[in-house]
Amino acid sequence: MRPDLSVCIAGVTLKNPVMTASGTFGSGKEYGAFFDISRLGAVVTKGIAPVPWKGNPVPRVAETPSGMLNAIGLQGPGVDTFMAEDLPYLAQYGVPVIANVCGHSEEEYLTVVEKLSDTDVSMLEINVSCPNVREGGIAFGTDPGKVCAITQAVKKITKKPVIIKLSPNVTDIRETAKAAEAGGADCVSLINTLIGMKIDVRTRRFILANRTGGLSGPAIHPVAVRMVYDVSHAVGIPVIGMGGISTAEDALEMILAGATGIAVGTAFFHDPQAAVKVIEGMEVYLAEQKISSVRELVGAVS
Amino acid sequence: MSGNAAPTLETARVVSQEALTEDTMSLWLEVSFVPKARPGQFVSFYLDDPSRLLPRPISICDFERRLSLLRFVYRIAGEGTRQLSLLRTGDSVRVMGPLGNGYPMEEMAGKRVLLIGGGLGIPPMLGCLTDAYREPCDRESFRLPPKAVNAALGYRSAPFMLSDFSEKTHVYLATEDGSAGVKGNVLTAIREEMAPSDLIFACGPKRMLAAVASYAAERCIPCYVSLEERMACGVGACLGCVAKTKSEDPHYHVPYRRVCTDGPVFYAPDVDFS
Ligand SMILES: Cc1cc2nc3c(=O)[nH]c(=O)nc-3n(C[C@H](O)[C@H](O)[C@H](O)COP(=O)(O)OP(=O)(O)OC[C@H]3O[C@@H](n4cnc5c(N)ncnc54)[C@H](O)[C@@H]3O)c2cc1C
Ligand SMILES: Cc1cc2nc3c(=O)[nH]c(=O)nc-3n(C[C@H](O)[C@H](O)[C@H](O)COP(=O)(O)O)c2cc1C
Ligand code: FES
Repeated sequence: MRPDLSVCIAGVTLKNPVMTASGTFGSGKEYGAFFDISRLGAVVTKGIAPVPWKGNPVPRVAETPSGMLNAIGLQGPGVDTFMAEDLPYLAQYGVPVIANVCGHSEEEYLTVVEKLSDTDVSMLEINVSCPNVREGGIAFGTDPGKVCAITQAVKKITKKPVIIKLSPNVTDIRETAKAAEAGGADCVSLINTLIGMKIDVRTRRFILANRTGGLSGPAIHPVAVRMVYDVSHAVGIPVIGMGGISTAEDALEMILAGATGIAVGTAFFHDPQAAVKVIEGMEVYLAEQKISSVRELVGAVS
Repeated sequence: MSGNAAPTLETARVVSQEALTEDTMSLWLEVSFVPKARPGQFVSFYLDDPSRLLPRPISICDFERRLSLLRFVYRIAGEGTRQLSLLRTGDSVRVMGPLGNGYPMEEMAGKRVLLIGGGLGIPPMLGCLTDAYREPCDRESFRLPPKAVNAALGYRSAPFMLSDFSEKTHVYLATEDGSAGVKGNVLTAIREEMAPSDLIFACGPKRMLAAVASYAAERCIPCYVSLEERMACGVGACLGCVAKTKSEDPHYHVPYRRVCTDGPVFYAPDVDFS
């Protein structure tokens, strides 16, 4: 018998737990040449703002040992273009679409949430953890009071399930996770990138124009596993785990730590087929271990 | 992806690799995607080193279309290219290509074309020359008269790949130290020898491209330049590699274009060199 990879998050059934991490999968079109997008559990979009955002100056990316720094600064086409062009394109795959929402102020988040509430997106992921924009983003995500307030405000105006995306750049991530839960979040996702910096010793300049950037990739995986473990024990809502997942083993580790869903991000840059390999590897593992459903593994570390 | 052919991800076979200078390598690969590749496009090279995640973008230098081969000429600039320089005949390497848009070869028809290359911007100019004179095929059915395409090449010091060009066409040559050709940069050579042109394709350091762009603008010569930027995905997904343009991106509605998909070749008047 084929092992059952399906999971249910906030009432939405995904045929497997594997999603794309926001901002690493473009508008969905870019990776269509390398694998069948309809095999994914869900597609998570790039951050969507009320209007087009320019993003940061270049250089925006830098390689680091087993990882990378990015300071894209949430360049995006804005919610109207997303709804007119990207969403219809993604809809053809029949895969749940999770819209990642960003803004400079509570009002901006709410503008986007309101517009997306009338669309076919399956869930909203509220990015209160982007380290590369000055206002909004991480300025909200490091303060439990603000996390709770924005969650409540979003929940008040939408019927869509709400995921709050948490920042690892805090002393105790359980506090912001609990604040999201208290505000009515249906789910939390973690981790966003860790703030880092890289300096060119020859020119004695910052490598990134933004000076700092978000660290992602295998380098952050152990940190992410630990945080998913901590958060899943602190809250009662489901957790989506991400951070450096590039193989089925990495994904299973995250699930054993307590994640119901997982996302593949930076790994796409090293292997455009990484997500499919994760799905196939999980199937093989479950069959070999004679486990009938992946749901049995959620939080099953001892 | 702005009309570019979908790229292919594959394991390519190394046909040969040799050093042209102390730190410049010439690599021939056998790949399946040669038929859809055009001059000015590039290929992402994935390293067999899990600690270095990001692919290295290298421009297509030349074609051997009948044998399904592509040539790359690159400088050993750091650890990634050093690892690539160790590849030997028969080895395999994971690549994705062709990427980006490439030069608008169809605009060459009926024109006197000047290919301007500086330093490691020289290799992709050779592919333009080769493809300009390839037998007419279904995609670009025009035949250029001999000598319609000339090259202007600028080096810091000792030239490499010079005979690849001079065997096929006239070369306006400049070196910064004066060791060969005109002393100065490639525009010095072009001006001194009054190189004729009604179309310019250029690749090289940004300062050179800015100078070439204003040279072309002054003379109302259509000009296309190939830009370089730090990349992560190479396929338009991460928005890491943008260049400032004067016009807006039709999807993102901001004056930034992705070098990896909307470029690397841009119409020079649209590039914001400031
Ligand atoms: C479209 C395009 C075409 C290119 N074509 C050629 C070519 O034909 N011949 C050639 O010699 N070089 C070319 N380059 C530059 C080449 O990509 C870099 O020299 C190479 O990536 C350096 O890698 P490294 O690991 O040796 O150096 P490191 O400095 O160790 O690299 C660290 C990181 O920085 C990136 N990086 C470093 N230098 C550059 C650069 N100049 N441009 C973009 N990314 C860089 C690397 O990809 C890597 O992610 C091209 C670059 C681009 C964007
Ligand atoms: C290039 C890039 C762009 C990103 N853009 C976003 C974004 O728009 N919104 C967001 O919530 N997270 C964004 N992230 C964070 C990722 O979604 C993810 O949380 C993080 O990279 C960790 O996962 P990974 O190591 O698998 O990439 C981005 C990450 C990268 C590398
Ligand atoms: S490198 Fe990712 S968009 Fe160009």
